[in-house]
Amino acid sequence: MHMADALLAPAVAGTMYVLSGTTAGLSVRTLRQEQEADPQKLPVMAVTSALVFAGQMINYTIPGTGSSGHLCGGMLLSALLGPQAGFLSMIVILTIQCLFFADGGLMALGANVWNMAFYGCFFGYYVIWRPLMRGGSPEKDRTNTRMRIIAASLLGCILSLQLGAFSVVLETSLSGITELPFGAFAGLMQPIHLAIGLVEGLITSAVLLFVYESRPELLQELSCAGAGGRLTAKRSLRTTVIVLAVTAAFVGGALSLFASSDPDGLEWALFGNEEEGYAANMGLDEENFGNQSAVADTAGRIQETTSLLPDYSFKDSESAAGTSVSGLIGSAMVAAVAAGICVAGGFFRRKQQQKAGTI
Amino acid sequence: MNKMDAALRELAGMDDLAALSSGIHRLHPAVKFLATILYIFTVASFSRYALSGLLPMVLWPVLLYQMSGIPVSLCFRKLRFVLPLVLAVGIWNPLLDRVPVLQIVTLTVTGGILSMCTLMLKGVLCLMASFLLMATTGIDRLCAALRAMHVPEYPVTLLLLTYRYISVMLREVSVMTDAYSLRAPGQRGIHFSAWGSFLGQLLLRSMDRAQSLYESMLLRGYRGGFHYAETRPIARKDWLFLGLSAASFAFFRLVPVAQILGGMFV
Repeated sequence: MHMADALLAPAVAGTMYVLSGTTAGLSVRTLRQEQEADPQKLPVMAVTSALVFAGQMINYTIPGTGSSGHLCGGMLLSALLGPQAGFLSMIVILTIQCLFFADGGLMALGANVWNMAFYGCFFGYYVIWRPLMRGGSPEKDRTNTRMRIIAASLLGCILSLQLGAFSVVLETSLSGITELPFGAFAGLMQPIHLAIGLVEGLITSAVLLFVYESRPELLQELSCAGAGGRLTAKRSLRTTVIVLAVTAAFVGGALSLFASSDPDGLEWALFGNEEEGYAANMGLDEENFGNQSAVADTAGRIQETTSLLPDYSFKDSESAAGTSVSGLIGSAMVAAVAAGICVAGGFFRRKQQQKAGTI
Repeated sequence: MNKMDAALRELAGMDDLAALSSGIHRLHPAVKFLATILYIFTVASFSRYALSGLLPMVLWPVLLYQMSGIPVSLCFRKLRFVLPLVLAVGIWNPLLDRVPVLQIVTLTVTGGILSMCTLMLKGVLCLMASFLLMATTGIDRLCAALRAMHVPEYPVTLLLLTYRYISVMLREVSVMTDAYSLRAPGQRGIHFSAWGSFLGQLLLRSMDRAQSLYESMLLRGYRGGFHYAETRPIARKDWLFLGLSAASFAFFRLVPVAQILGGMFV
């Protein structure tokens, strides 16, 4: 799911940087406040993120198939370290993957952090892990806790991957990179990530179960769970049912949206149809929202000047660069200059080496 | 060689490149970082049909590769990660956008082919720039640059510590994987029954390792922050590099150089 720089427009990448950066800033603030109480957190985070980085390279055989799956970092890290620390650790992992392994672009880092770290750490933790883990007594009802760990890992991984994949589709479509309609692109991405999420969830739950059996105090929320009793057990069951119901509604809603007979429906609803005017599709007042409005004109002019978003109508325009023969010849000349720089560089290096050799 | 060993080699290779000495290596890391970000944003801002407009942007990284002595071929090896993903998205364009934009004798170039080629070129250029940054800077100097740009100490220290520990963890996982595969010949990956315990064992050991790491940091005088070797202020030549780079990006972005050059002959 690591996006390359080429797949994003600068405006979209910048927005994602702001979103991820703000969340990171807030996380740093929370962690700094915690630092005095727990000064060892930083080395623990570093070692755990290094472990997750290496652990993601392990191939886990999926029974019954010839293929293998991998670990889901965000969910594991937030279950072990908490959401803020998990988020920062994921940022560090993604930064190292981007800088040293070219896995995801530098400009796309903000988007990648959002797609792969935000949902797994914050959504996975606050919406899935914490509600499911709270309440039960880990000592008294171990089977119940085990089931809840499995459910939380599975739901967390599946949902965070679905949201992440959807964000990738949304960001790429907004960047105007692909001709693929929004609905078709989402229809490709979501089912693939449903399968990946399921496998990742199972692997993550296996690791978390092992930690629970050996050192349960390492897991977030479990260590501070209240004393067991019928009331808490009941509440935990109710929470489980509510979380499951919300998840089912979410997944059902999302799937029905994509299973619609008109896959372009969402694209049409989101972006409008330029030929018919945006107002015709969105039911908005054409004076204010249509193509002819003064606001749209000004916005269009600003966009043209800054040119941060790609120009959708460029291909029909007379000035389309790269469509003329002169463009072709010019490109060949640029390529020749580039080759010339390489030859000159090689020449000077050889000369330097010879000089060093004689000395 | 397993995946972990390959990753270790790749990390060591990058460290070796960063240890070379050249004018580009000696530039202030913050300046190089800013210029790279600016370059990538400029490349991404080109329209999806502006193939010939985008092409002159190749000159900046090509020149810097030559000046720094970093082999371009090393960077192109990393394309195996970038190009398949870019291609997976771009491959649909020729199928869906069939409006002809250029006729070369009998060959018709459609808008889709043009936009796909532009996308691929953008992918290559962005990779060239970010690889060059890391190959001439290294993690220590990059962290120093981030601190110089007032990025909070906490995430920067975390980045540095994690990077240092990644090689340790990769080695551990590599040894474990090798030991496992020797005991389970003919089996691809980790069996279902060992999914939890395989990484879980290492995780528990690592938590104890973090404890001793923290103690050793305290013994070496750690008080919540690291000191970086690269502390020199940004000099005039650094500003000159940034200014020239930014000016050339603006020039290539605003002036269709290839078009004008070609126009002289047509």
